[in-house]
Amino acid sequence: MRKYDKLIFELSKPGRRAFKLPESSIEEKNLEELIPAEFLSDEELDLPELSEVDIIRHYINLSNKNYGVDTGFYPLGSCTMKYNPKINEDMAGLDGFQNIHPFQSEDTVQGALQLMYELDKALCEISGMDKMTLQPAAGAHGELTGLALIKAYHEHRGDTKRTKIIVPDSAHGTNPASAMMAGFQTIEIKSTEEGLVDIESLKAALDDEVAGLMLTNPNTLGLFERHIVEIAKLVHDAGGLLYYDGANANAILGKVRPGDMGFDVVHFNLHKTFSTPHGGGGPGSGPVGVKKILMDYLPTPTVEKDGDRYYLNYNIPHSVGRMKDFYGHFSILVRAYSYILAMGKDGLKTVSEMAVLNANYLAHKLKDYYNLPEGTIYKHEFVMAGLKGALSDVTTLDVAKRLLDYGYHPPTIYFPLIVNEALMTEPTESESIETLDEFAEVMIKIAEEAKENPELLKEAPHNTPIGRPDEARAARNPVLRYEG
Amino acid sequence: MYPYIQNTKEDIKRMLETIGIDSVDHLFSDIPEDIRFDRELDLKPSMSEMEVRKYLTDMSKKNLTINDLTCFLGAGAYDHYIPSVVKHITSRSEFYTSYTPYQPEVSQGTLQYIFEYQTLICKLTGMEVANASLYDGGTAIAEAAIMATNITRKDQLVISKTVNPQYREVLKTYAHLQNLEVIEVDEAEGVTNLDELKKNVTDKTAAVIVQSPNFFGIVEDLKAIEEIAHSQKKTLFVTCVDPISLGILKSPGSLGADIVVGEGQSLGISLQFGGPYLGFIAVNKAHMRRLPGRLVGETVDANGKRAFVLTLQAREQHIRREKATSNICSNQGINTLAAAVYLVTLGKQGLREVAARSTQMAHYAYSEMIKSGKFKPLFNKPFFKEFAVTSDIDADTVNKKLLDEKILGGYALEKDYPQYKNGILYAVTEKRTKEEIDKLISVLEGIE
Repeated sequence: MRKYDKLIFELSKPGRRAFKLPESSIEEKNLEELIPAEFLSDEELDLPELSEVDIIRHYINLSNKNYGVDTGFYPLGSCTMKYNPKINEDMAGLDGFQNIHPFQSEDTVQGALQLMYELDKALCEISGMDKMTLQPAAGAHGELTGLALIKAYHEHRGDTKRTKIIVPDSAHGTNPASAMMAGFQTIEIKSTEEGLVDIESLKAALDDEVAGLMLTNPNTLGLFERHIVEIAKLVHDAGGLLYYDGANANAILGKVRPGDMGFDVVHFNLHKTFSTPHGGGGPGSGPVGVKKILMDYLPTPTVEKDGDRYYLNYNIPHSVGRMKDFYGHFSILVRAYSYILAMGKDGLKTVSEMAVLNANYLAHKLKDYYNLPEGTIYKHEFVMAGLKGALSDVTTLDVAKRLLDYGYHPPTIYFPLIVNEALMTEPTESESIETLDEFAEVMIKIAEEAKENPELLKEAPHNTPIGRPDEARAARNPVLRYEG
Repeated sequence: MYPYIQNTKEDIKRMLETIGIDSVDHLFSDIPEDIRFDRELDLKPSMSEMEVRKYLTDMSKKNLTINDLTCFLGAGAYDHYIPSVVKHITSRSEFYTSYTPYQPEVSQGTLQYIFEYQTLICKLTGMEVANASLYDGGTAIAEAAIMATNITRKDQLVISKTVNPQYREVLKTYAHLQNLEVIEVDEAEGVTNLDELKKNVTDKTAAVIVQSPNFFGIVEDLKAIEEIAHSQKKTLFVTCVDPISLGILKSPGSLGADIVVGEGQSLGISLQFGGPYLGFIAVNKAHMRRLPGRLVGETVDANGKRAFVLTLQAREQHIRREKATSNICSNQGINTLAAAVYLVTLGKQGLREVAARSTQMAHYAYSEMIKSGKFKPLFNKPFFKEFAVTSDIDADTVNKKLLDEKILGGYALEKDYPQYKNGILYAVTEKRTKEEIDKLISVLEGIE
């Protein structure tokens, strides 16, 4: 591969062009006649000058420095890096979905509204909820939306002293941050030795100031919170509501539903469970589902059906308002619905069964070399507490970097915070037994290297486009744009 | 058989044997029986790719698109031309199937394009630091407002009613959650009422928030507004801007803005029924550490080679948890790539030309539309690519007649501005031709 190390700005050469407008069809005036000169810029734009060839080669070379699910195994825990089916991209790219304006009249977008309506229904069935809002832009945005609903519920009942949200210490970092954004205080409760919610800590935290509990189930350790019915009862009896963080929903499709566990509000990450691409960080989509008691607070608009006609409903009596512009990340919704159609009621259940089987198989293969509790049943993911037999100074970071040398993306590292040297591993249903076996062999080989030649790990990676970057320097002296 | 699941019956058998259990069901035995889902999901059975394609293609055909209709609709989402290179680059699956670049050694592609995107947003807005993006224009305003309240430790936000009504709704939702006060300042003749603004800016004001070109397409007097905003020592001046307009208009940075935000959909992102789009935010260095969301920075690797990493992460939700000041943990990823590719493809000359052409065509449409007197200007102020007119005819009637002639008419203002009954906001981009505009005028003139 070419050794490519240019920034786009370094390719610029005066006079190059990659874009041309057609000749103007009208007689144009001086801009100053249209807009007063005081508003017009009198400086040239500081943008590069490039040809189309320059641009394509630049970005193709950059793409070669990236690792995606299409490149190889990507067992990043809690991120559900499953395969992104290509038909989804094609469907999102259909003229009828890609090129419609959000303010077109409803009669010209019946297909788009139908898709949203059907997706709403499908997600309700999968989650056991009564109504969805498809508006939230991402998982964290779904959390904020769900918490806004919980807040509105208590406010509407005049129960304004409920200012606290309980979050277990195993929760995703977004949970406490979302609670803060929603104007709540967070109470963190400890997990048991096993990694489940500690019922006694929960009881101690519950009072009439608690608005709700946020819970991920299966949790970030890949464990099913088997006391969920009791937990739900405790929270409800104390007057609180239950929020389901759907980041880990890949383990439960067709097997168990948040609505049946006792949750009042749930978000899904369509970019995890429903196969839409992660896009290098986004855009995601985080639809939120609610039980009937919260329906009157949903953001506007929702999508409804009247006879054969689909429409946007702005008439929601106690709506929390608008969480974002327009109706959500529509083209992500198209991809997710394409996936739900392809998998169907039978396939979605198989997805969770195979995701769970793959996780348990891989955990079993690694348990003699990495710290894992004995005899545990995992759901979609498992968390290893680093290498077995406390070795010199080889860390989880070193293991992760060495994995890069073998062509794998490492698991999520140092999360959840309650596990030392955590390697949070989620293989997903997309992977074959061959891939899992090969990955396990490499992990075992790395465990051996850690004993025999720790320097190999400390200095890894050795054959990636760059070596370990100096992150401290980046933070100490931030260079956040090209200054050349 | 499912194309995206690889385990065969034989594989499953072998895996179960390895684990030492006899069935997959055993792996779900930790779920209490009384809550296990014991029926089939009430969904359609799985479909082949052929069936999915047919089902969704048929559904998509129930929509009329901007390829079926000539689009004069804007109001925050615009029909600008998207060069072919954008789609070709964003379709590289090394880009779109990757995650957030947590492992920089194998994510230099993503990290570098975000770094380039940050640079381009800085150059365009005249600011020093841009983040890796936010969800959209509305949430960018909300994040900017919250940021301003954290910086100033004041809890009052003053926003002009000429700011996109959706953005104001989003701001109000977020503000309610954090107990912040939002004061909306009236407009006068399509621009922010400066006297009203003056009255409302006090030592309690965290930020003055305006949009220019504003929702009506009119260029606001940012200089005058800046003076009012900064008449209070700590108050921050937040401006929301159409990035295309910066091809010809003075940058908010050069006019004293403290925070610049906007909707980046115009930068090579399809209309796609409202999302996903692209929120951008840029500030000066003083506020760098208060920025929400991700930042990519330059550094060197172990061999001294230039490299890019996520940086200043101590600000972010996954580190700060309940002490965080924003919960955003994604960015708009592939849409930032689209925007970067769009900007470098248009380049120094092209962006100016697209901005200027949009202005020229919009002004041509405006002058033709008001010629006969049937449609009257709603305001008499300088505008960029959108303008508002009114008439004796109800906006819905006008738009229905236009639709009959395959024209996607403008935005009816009445629902957000009841005082502008029958008012319609038209958007004209560089894609529109004289022929299309003349047809629009002739259909409008023919409406009874």
